Amino acid sequence: MTGATPVPAAEPTLLELTGVAVEYGRRGARVRAVDGVDLTVAAGEVVGLVGESGCGKSSLGRAAVGLEPLAAGSARFLGEPVTTIGRGARPGRLRRLQMVFQDPYSSLNPRRTVGDLVADGVTLGGGSRAEGRTRAAALLERVGLPASATGAYPHEFSGGQLQRIAIARTLAADPLCFVADEPISALDASAQATVANLLSGLVRDSGIGLLLVSHDLSVVRQVADRVAVMYLGRVVEVGTTEQVWSRPQHPYTQALVAAIPRPDGGGVLPADLPGDVPDPADPPSGCRFHPRCPIVEDSCRTTDPRPETVAGRQVACVVRAAPAARADA
Amino acid sequence: MEPLLRVEDLRVELPTRRGLRPAVDGLSFDVAEGEIVGIAGESGSGKTMTAMTLLGLLPHGARTSGSARFDGRELLTLGRRQLRDLRGRQIAMVSQDPSTALHPILPVGTQVTEHMRHHLGLSKSAARAEAVELLATVRIPDPERALGAYPGQFSGGMRQRIAIAVALAARPRLLLADEPTTALDVTVQAGILRLLDRLRRERGLAVLVITHDLGVMSAVADRVAVMYAGRLAESGPRAQVLATPRHPYTRGLLDALPHPEAADDPARVALRPIPGSPPSLGDVPAGCPFHPRCAFAVPACATDRPEPVPVAAGHLLACPPDPLPRDGAAPVPEGAPA
Repeated sequence: MTGATPVPAAEPTLLELTGVAVEYGRRGARVRAVDGVDLTVAAGEVVGLVGESGCGKSSLGRAAVGLEPLAAGSARFLGEPVTTIGRGARPGRLRRLQMVFQDPYSSLNPRRTVGDLVADGVTLGGGSRAEGRTRAAALLERVGLPASATGAYPHEFSGGQLQRIAIARTLAADPLCFVADEPISALDASAQATVANLLSGLVRDSGIGLLLVSHDLSVVRQVADRVAVMYLGRVVEVGTTEQVWSRPQHPYTQALVAAIPRPDGGGVLPADLPGDVPDPADPPSGCRFHPRCPIVEDSCRTTDPRPETVAGRQVACVVRAAPAARADA
Repeated sequence: MEPLLRVEDLRVELPTRRGLRPAVDGLSFDVAEGEIVGIAGESGSGKTMTAMTLLGLLPHGARTSGSARFDGRELLTLGRRQLRDLRGRQIAMVSQDPSTALHPILPVGTQVTEHMRHHLGLSKSAARAEAVELLATVRIPDPERALGAYPGQFSGGMRQRIAIAVALAARPRLLLADEPTTALDVTVQAGILRLLDRLRRERGLAVLVITHDLGVMSAVADRVAVMYAGRLAESGPRAQVLATPRHPYTRGLLDALPHPEAADDPARVALRPIPGSPPSLGDVPAGCPFHPRCAFAVPACATDRPEPVPVAAGHLLACPPDPLPRDGAAPVPEGAPA
């Protein structure tokens, strides 16, 4: 693994999350969906954010663009704080930080033409309507749709095509960085491949930074440069895609990778991770993964692990961070 | 001896605005006791319609021909009453979305014991005892307490396990599982797949798994059938079909997936989607329905309808040009559409 992986630190950091926490109210109690997450996205980099449903990955993605208020920590875009969206207009400096949503059927207004929908990003940035129309046509071609699509309405397109329209709409704002929340999980297998290729192509060609939120590890593996794995509001492991995928260190990452069935005809049953994700309102003491962990030790029940460097990436696990375990790894 | 389920030359026509159109066209497969058979294909390929036919739950005005024999009885000509006695009791179904399969305001216990009392005639207490055992089998923690709880109090994975318990309540012999794990996280999916495998080994349950996920297929199915536009493209033993596919459509489905074995390749290969999209009902191309999207199509593919023929032991292929290499390598044909 020496020298084979790109060094993302060489590119300027676009998005910087430090100690981010997101809380929701539930029957008077506060539930911490995200609890102290550090994460960066650099120019020309795809960062995959993975984890099971309910782990807080969508909340983190929404907080990163200012759609959820932060309970603690900070989110900065180009060094300036990301302010939470409110009744007033979103500050102009945040226009180049955008988001693609999971379901294009609900994120695109069915009563407006595709051209108008895509041109919004241009007109909101101060461009004229005529500019918007020309640019919409060019952007639609860039995502692999005919320029003639500008006159059509969303219902005339398939799910995969709609998601490409949603991406074109995001690109119209000329983003430097965007967050995509499960952009392909609502699509058919073949359409998934098309949209995944489109996203990674855009990042490589134009140096955009992308935070890709997904529960599908195999897609993230294909597209992302770095991967962050979340469990119950915390990031448990961050590393290059190759490190996390081929030699996962955190026992939770190992369980996730082992649970993916391989389509090779081998007839191998995927490994089971017993138990369910605990209630985030009442997280376990110490390491949040300890009740399900195969390598749990006594200290895990009391010590809250902080990320430490293990085998060249950040891992939040006291057992893996212990010198004895390092020698084995 | 005939297998538990034998489907032969099944044809299902659905009413559309332009008259009856085939959703399933000439499909044949068997499922034996204790066997897991998978049907794969994209949405609209007729997978779900096949399951609905076996349950006698086709939309009004649909027409069927061919044969589907379960335990020697012809399902296609059974009356309503006989079908109702069969459904749940002999053939049960688990669908993709556990939150719609379970009644939200009935306790779990009522939903699990309902089938036992109706189909098996068990007393209230006997049904309750069996329900506890069944919930333990599908690994619901504290089954006694779970009986009194409501579906909304469980996570998605637990709800799907409860839905499986409901399906198994009347001790059916055949389980139709339509995308049983698609809505679930991979760790939960692994648990469900292991459960299906255990049930077929311990109870001799026959399972028909319908999924577009070839990874799921590869994990549990003994034999695999790949459908395209209502027709059989290829079927055979799991290892043959998935490791050395013979049909360009099967190859295309596999190539559209991320390749875990390429993890050490620093220059990650882009995914290769199948160009175009599947035809809609009533708009199926002449000849081989896949030919407009196929990189290997020859002129005859546009005119001659390919019939499935045996190419190896138990391996059927509906592709007369049979262009793929025998070693399972992914070919890159010249002039392939990007």
